[in-house]
Amino acid sequence: MDAATIALVLVPVLILQVGLMLYALYDLFQEDRRVRGDSKIAWALIIAFVNLLGPLCYFFVGRDDSRGAETGGMGSTGPAAASIARILDTWPRLAQTTEAAVVTTNLTKRYGGGVVALDGLNLAVPSGSIFGFLGPNGAGKTTTLRLLTGLASATDGTGTVAGVPIGGAGGELARNIGYLDQDPRFYGWMRGRELLDMVGRLHGLSGTALRQRVGEVLEIVGLTDAASRRIGGYSGGMRQRLGIGQAIINQPRVLFLDEPVSSLDPEGRRDVLGIISRLRGTATVFMSTHILNDVERVCDRVAILNLGHLVVEGPIDELLDRYAQPVYELEPEPQQAGSIDRLAAAIRGQTWAGDVQTTPDTLRVFVSDPGVAGPAILPLVAATGVSLVRYERARPSLEDVFLRLVAESGPPIAPAVTVPAWGLDGRGRR
Amino acid sequence: MMGFRVLLIKELREQLRTNRLIAVAAVFVLFGIVGPLTDRYMKQLIDAIGSQRGGFSIQVPGPSLDGAGGQILKNLSQFGILCALLLGMGSVAWEKERGTAGMILAKPASRAAFLAAKLVAISLTLGVAVTLGCGFGYLYTLLLYPTVFPLAGYLAMALLMWWMLVVFAAITLLGSTLTRSAIAAAGIGVVALIVFGIAGVLPVIGDYMPSSLGAPALDLMLGRDPGGIAGPVLFNVGLVVALFGVTWLAFRRQEL
Repeated sequence: MDAATIALVLVPVLILQVGLMLYALYDLFQEDRRVRGDSKIAWALIIAFVNLLGPLCYFFVGRDDSRGAETGGMGSTGPAAASIARILDTWPRLAQTTEAAVVTTNLTKRYGGGVVALDGLNLAVPSGSIFGFLGPNGAGKTTTLRLLTGLASATDGTGTVAGVPIGGAGGELARNIGYLDQDPRFYGWMRGRELLDMVGRLHGLSGTALRQRVGEVLEIVGLTDAASRRIGGYSGGMRQRLGIGQAIINQPRVLFLDEPVSSLDPEGRRDVLGIISRLRGTATVFMSTHILNDVERVCDRVAILNLGHLVVEGPIDELLDRYAQPVYELEPEPQQAGSIDRLAAAIRGQTWAGDVQTTPDTLRVFVSDPGVAGPAILPLVAATGVSLVRYERARPSLEDVFLRLVAESGPPIAPAVTVPAWGLDGRGRR
Repeated sequence: MMGFRVLLIKELREQLRTNRLIAVAAVFVLFGIVGPLTDRYMKQLIDAIGSQRGGFSIQVPGPSLDGAGGQILKNLSQFGILCALLLGMGSVAWEKERGTAGMILAKPASRAAFLAAKLVAISLTLGVAVTLGCGFGYLYTLLLYPTVFPLAGYLAMALLMWWMLVVFAAITLLGSTLTRSAIAAAGIGVVALIVFGIAGVLPVIGDYMPSSLGAPALDLMLGRDPGGIAGPVLFNVGLVVALFGVTWLAFRRQEL
């Protein structure tokens, strides 16, 4: 072979082979690139030493575009309240109606092996409400959301969302709802704007209307500045906000959010809850969660689910009035450990005393009859020689109600309780 | 199919942005070049090595258009099937695992459109790669040999080889739909490759297997009469349609 032939035939082969390898290595060591197995060195060795197949395997198997950056160091900016309010003012308001936005009748989901994930759920979520769907892990919350969004089929029972039967074909349900998964992962290679653009097109938007809507949604979720970045480089909070963005791009009548804040840091939670609050009036929000402080901040009504059964449903204030045991909080002076133990024991011995929770700083005393307990507590404090910094009758929290009802409903109960219409369950509880 | 166009654009954009199209195309171009190169210079290379070492000699046939065609077809089909498996293996399984399938299918997009967009995008990627690979193979044959393949037959060969790869992509897509594991999906594709290979040597049905399309493809490339290929071609077209139907039936009721 002469030099010309070598140049002609071998150089292109060499360029292709080495070029592909170098390109794969360059791609691998990009700062925000994540790989399966989390070992870039291992992939570098595969690319460099597994002839030709190495780069191929890397591009097809190695890159993990589903995960983003773990920290929020991408300059994310929280939503700006004034401009969001201005945008949402232009969005269509939900019509005043007495019809429920979400209705389920005996909705049931059984899996193979006799597992009952959801057992005869009867629910009516008022239109326009922000509805908290609560329950411990494994209660059936995600199953319910998947049934209501058409991602799974009910074994038994029926339901409607925005008047559209669930489980139907043709996309009518999808056109009326928005949905955010528990741990949203998007296409890491896409840019934020592109994802919203794609979802908008699936909803039939195009041209100027699409561009305007995408811009509005980016503003609402506070991602305007990050819209041109790869989603693979987004932090968890940014991904969650993008998830809400894709869920509201069609101005849905019902928005389903599955644990929208559970994986976020306090700042991310504040941002996401702010967005949810601002959607009041434009959509019925159905939000599953187990972070009860957040529910109290944004929700009007809640339902508590346990072991696939509805335990209770109603407005938060009415549930608190009805189910929260009165609670007294006592904050002793420091350095009284022994006296505090004696006080707690003395209170536990009273007939009116329920649970007595002690922390290093406070005693929380749940009582059955505040009329009797109120006058009786301070004499016990004096008798045990405890000095107090603070003594008050505290407002019971939704967490107190939740923990009590979930504990009581361990085994299946029936029928479920709706406040205020139905009263109490058949076991004689309040 | 509701949402097909939007999803197809997304799939094609994904092939580009994840560098898969570039990687597959580079591999096909490489093997398109290497085919005629190998045939043209292998004998010279072996003879040169034999004369330097002194004493041993290996009988290698001299360069010929038949040999170059055979090399192109063998290289591109072997690596093409591998690429088809790689392209199809994670296409649905990973989307189910990550939850992106649920995100998309909670929108006005049908499951049939979701699957069809993937199959069409993979087929187009393979189509581009086959075109480039065969194109460079033809160019190098033109440079290295005094005669060249008849163009029409060469194009027909490329088309047959592309469709054979589409069959394997469709099988892997089915595997990716049936399982949540991309590796299992690739395994299903490999098993299908073995089954088709065994069935290919059986009388009557053998000619209809996708892996058996290589023989008529070589005949077409070299300007020879491939015999009756309408039946096998139609069978493999129907096979892709049937595989897609089964994939859709499996995916239609899956919980996401």
